[in-house]
Amino acid sequence: MTTESLIKVEHLEKKFGEMKALSDINTEIKKGEVVVVIGPSGSGKSTFLRCLNLLEVPTNGKIFFENVDITDKKTDINIHRQKMGMVFQHFNLFPHMTILKNMIIAPMKLQKKSEKEATDIAMTLLKRVGLEERANAYPSQLSGGQKQRIAIVRALCMQPEVMLFDEPTSALDPEMVGEVLEVMKGLAKENMTMVVVTHEMGFAKEVATRVMFMADGKQVEEGTPKEIFESPKSERLKTFLAKVLS
Amino acid sequence: MSNVLEMLQNGFVRNFITDDRYLFIVNGFFTTLQITFFAVLLGICVGFLIAMIRATHDMTGKLKLPNFICRLYLTVIRGTPTMVQLLILYFIIFASVNNKTVVAILAFGINSGAYVAEIVRSGIMSIDKGQMEAGRSLGFNYIQSMVYIVLPQALKNVLPALGNEMIVLLKETAISGYIAIQDLTKGGDIIRSRTYDPYFPLLTVAAIYLIIVMIMTYFVNRLERRLRNSDH
Repeated sequence: MTTESLIKVEHLEKKFGEMKALSDINTEIKKGEVVVVIGPSGSGKSTFLRCLNLLEVPTNGKIFFENVDITDKKTDINIHRQKMGMVFQHFNLFPHMTILKNMIIAPMKLQKKSEKEATDIAMTLLKRVGLEERANAYPSQLSGGQKQRIAIVRALCMQPEVMLFDEPTSALDPEMVGEVLEVMKGLAKENMTMVVVTHEMGFAKEVATRVMFMADGKQVEEGTPKEIFESPKSERLKTFLAKVLS
Repeated sequence: MSNVLEMLQNGFVRNFITDDRYLFIVNGFFTTLQITFFAVLLGICVGFLIAMIRATHDMTGKLKLPNFICRLYLTVIRGTPTMVQLLILYFIIFASVNNKTVVAILAFGINSGAYVAEIVRSGIMSIDKGQMEAGRSLGFNYIQSMVYIVLPQALKNVLPALGNEMIVLLKETAISGYIAIQDLTKGGDIIRSRTYDPYFPLLTVAAIYLIIVMIMTYFVNRLERRLRNSDH
């Protein structure tokens, strides 16, 4: 594993009006790392993740992506977002396009790939998640688990440097969680850099190279899965784990 | 029975054939179509522009001044009668312009734009904001996300309302006669004033409007069905 820094967060702070959603977050995400962010709801996990690609604009602090300060107003965030895939809790597939079109529109319009080139990439990825037969279906014809697998490969079509997952399994029926986690595990094995906000503790234990525990908009504890799950230091983490693991 | 037929025949000849009076109807028909067509185009352009400005302001808080101007425009246009707007445009703002049809197109287009704007804006606001976020997260800028992702979905939702607005506009052009344009309505009325027979010309005019509206409805429905095919 390389140790090159991909994302660096310095003193990140986010306020919604008077409410402080994030305060003084500092972290560094290296290439190939799988960082899993856990914590109670309302702890700012999703806000933190959405700040990484500026879907939420930080109130204070800096975020560097590939050593470029993306919080700088002069930076063209659209170019950097092409290298940061994002998967949402509610899939957000484009309902008026077929699965294939969902996947090839961004590579074609943004990376100026030919339709054939983009389709080739898309079909390879679809095969990988076992959905190549659904290429010409519309999102409304798919199950939740299938939609989320498509959402993942749609982001992968842009050949991103990092994948951001915002509670990717929270809106799924329990029996569909597994198929989505499998895809994510596969990605991790290929050394894709990933930042995952999730409530799936099993996934965190098994796949994460680092776990970040957040509560009340603060970064409370950080460490390897072993450190976090087997020898938690803070009281806040201990009570959290007692609740979710029982 | 033969009396009735004879009466109808005489009426037809008197109202449409004598002095080539049918030309009032035919020319009026084309004038009405011309005004409607260009006013619809103008209305859609103005409406989309305003809807984009208003929706962008609603979603991002930017464009404060343009949004204020748009709201002023909407309030004035929707708060005054179309006919008064037409008269003001003709007698005050474009008093020096000789082409009455152009003035009418501007008046109806500007008027329609206000209604189209609110229809399109409601369509844009009805699309889940996750769609815009998904577009932005792939690297599309705001405008691209709008054009490729949000607007196609929004348009599909508001198509019936837009079709309805076009039909309303067609019928509203019937007041063009007030600035001495010989549109379909005025054409029929001129025949009536010459023959003193209200039945033939006015019922004919009504029937022609009805047929145009039915044709427009047919095409809107067909388009709607075609768009619906894409989302089962």
